[in-house]
Amino acid sequence: MSNLLNVTSAPHVRAKDDTQRIMLYVILSLVPAAVFGIFNFGISAAVMIALSIGSCVASEYIFERIVKKKSTIKDLSAVVTGLLLALNLPGGMKLSYWWMPVLGGAFAIVIVKMLYGGLGQNFMNPALGARCFLMLSFAGVMTDFSNYKGYADTFGGATPLATIKNGGLESVDLTRLFLGNIPGTIGETSALCLLIGAAFLIVMKVIDIRIPLTYILTFSVFALIFGGHGFDLTYLAAELCAGGIILGAFFMATDYVTCPITPVGKIVFGVCLGLLTGIFRIFGGSAEGVSYAIIFCNMLVPLIERFTIPNAFGIVKEKKEGKS
Amino acid sequence: MALGTFKGGVHPFEGKDLSKSKPITELVPTGLLVFPVSQHIGAPATPVVKPGDTVLKGQKIADASGFVSSPIFSSVSGTVKKIEKRRTTTGDMVNAIVIESDGKFEEVAYEETKNVSSLSSEQIISKIRDAGVVGMGGAGFPTHVKLSPKDPGKIEYIIANCAECEPYLTSDYRRMVEQPEKLVEGMRIVLQLFPKAKGVFGIEDNKPDCIEKLQQLTASEDRMSVAPLKTKYPQGGERQLIHAVTGRDINAKMLPADAGCIVDNVETLVAIYHAVRFGRPLTNRIFTVTGDAVSDPRNFYISIGTSYTELLEAAGGLSGEAQKMIAGGPMMGFALFDLDVPTTKTTSALLCLTEDEASKYETTACINCGRCVDACPENLIPSRLADFSEHGQTAEFEKWWGLECVECGSCSFGCPARRHLAQSIKTAKKQILAAKRKK
Repeated sequence: MSNLLNVTSAPHVRAKDDTQRIMLYVILSLVPAAVFGIFNFGISAAVMIALSIGSCVASEYIFERIVKKKSTIKDLSAVVTGLLLALNLPGGMKLSYWWMPVLGGAFAIVIVKMLYGGLGQNFMNPALGARCFLMLSFAGVMTDFSNYKGYADTFGGATPLATIKNGGLESVDLTRLFLGNIPGTIGETSALCLLIGAAFLIVMKVIDIRIPLTYILTFSVFALIFGGHGFDLTYLAAELCAGGIILGAFFMATDYVTCPITPVGKIVFGVCLGLLTGIFRIFGGSAEGVSYAIIFCNMLVPLIERFTIPNAFGIVKEKKEGKS
Repeated sequence: MALGTFKGGVHPFEGKDLSKSKPITELVPTGLLVFPVSQHIGAPATPVVKPGDTVLKGQKIADASGFVSSPIFSSVSGTVKKIEKRRTTTGDMVNAIVIESDGKFEEVAYEETKNVSSLSSEQIISKIRDAGVVGMGGAGFPTHVKLSPKDPGKIEYIIANCAECEPYLTSDYRRMVEQPEKLVEGMRIVLQLFPKAKGVFGIEDNKPDCIEKLQQLTASEDRMSVAPLKTKYPQGGERQLIHAVTGRDINAKMLPADAGCIVDNVETLVAIYHAVRFGRPLTNRIFTVTGDAVSDPRNFYISIGTSYTELLEAAGGLSGEAQKMIAGGPMMGFALFDLDVPTTKTTSALLCLTEDEASKYETTACINCGRCVDACPENLIPSRLADFSEHGQTAEFEKWWGLECVECGSCSFGCPARRHLAQSIKTAKKQILAAKRKK
């Protein structure tokens, strides 16, 4: 036979979505928040976003060249990491700190992602790993939100979350928290823009609602019980709209690689995140706690998965019958 | 009415429009016919003819070699040329009887039974066994074994698998559109074996005309009903179908009978009818030749043993270059490297595609997205199972329920990293089961 046909194992057809397309959806979903960040914080936000993405993509490319691996930058995952890292940098950062997103991007890609084997192998969200590295190393710059020009007088340079923590709940305007013209990190301020992006991801079936839902619900219950404001929905709304919980819950806790793959595991993961964020925000020294909660829970993923292996179809019944 | 369904599954391109409106036409074979002695699960049949013998259509040419086995009949009259190893659609070399047709189609005299209701269960089952009826949906489990559960009184449902969830295939569809009475009569015979059972026709809702037709035909039947099912792959998987129709779940260690069910597909029920009512052995079936590379996609009434080459020619040959030819549907069918293979009792289609999607894409790193988990109808974690398979971690593979896989291919279909998940899992399953048999 000279004319042999292609032989492969079934199935012989494939769905359309590939990794690159999924990453593209994630990038698109973050565009509203990024654009709002530039609108809210000015040109420095645009520069930081560009530098962060550029640093991530370049780091991945150079690293793979050095270790002689096939370049994977086309899968766009480095762009997602760069974008998320930038959205987690303080809005209004001075341009003289241009090296921060560059350093952060390189740290995210080389240390957190590539050294562990690249896409799919890292145990911690690269963008958050880098953010926490920058927070610990350059705490002053990373927690300086005073360059916000739009409305700084009201908050005196503090984020709304810090204002609430310091007993200033009354001075917080909920509508503005929702729309986002407040100080904060580049991408976290507009709950509205983030929710539009999140809805897009859910509709496109890119993310599963389980993690963000259980995360936010658990945090809400925790905040209402321990927040010290009683059953005050204004307080709860302010806690949810201010700070990074929406960005974290929908865009970073749902990072495929660093969340459990088991369906029950996703719920456990969301509950752990809600509890930790609550503890960090209410009992911790800082007003914010989303980033640390997520990277801490990233470490719990193997453990969570181990205890949440689902029973195969038709197995539960057999066990019950066996016991009776 | 609520549609029956199951959790998981995928929605591949259906492709049924290519051939669904093409009426069944008889294909008269001209060349050599090849009859592998193993067209069923169980012991291969033993040839009872030798080269040089003349045979009639419907004559037994190989006999069952045990209880879980099935006889094989010639679908033409002619001369036995040789008995030799021949390649089958799965790529295996199997002992096969090669018959040259004389073109006359002289048949043996069959023993009709006008009054089927007077037959005892034993008589019915022996007629089915003697006609060589096996599961014609693909598995090829001998039907007389399936119809002989330990306790027939515990069977509550006879489910006719009319889902035809594999994309492109339309043979069951045409049978239901053109000869639904035969299907109903087949069901009536099986119900006679199980006095407590109800007969349910499970049909995907992409075939509303079949649902309507069977509803009309069964309107006055107390013991028969139609269950419309959601169109989703693999709705026609045995475990998924049982769940969709009855809400009962079975696992790999159980038989449908353990859940009070017996599942037979459309062609099988028709074969049961032919066997019991007319005494006709299984020599023909409906077969779809389709795909975007086929000139004239068609549904044929074929003589089992006809070569795939002949079937493709009968459908006008290829319209362009075919990158891939598949025996069966695109989700679970076998890729062919050569069309010189025979049709058997269990082969239902030849699919020729201009584009080979499975080899086109490059596999990239797993991103743990969980789409395989959502797609798996068996509630498994395919990406982990594939990892365990690739790393040889058989204990972990079993702990994560790898042996429950039904090999439907939904995980590979949906994987954005284009991993060959089903392939890896199937490999591990085979190795583990082989090792267990050795012990």
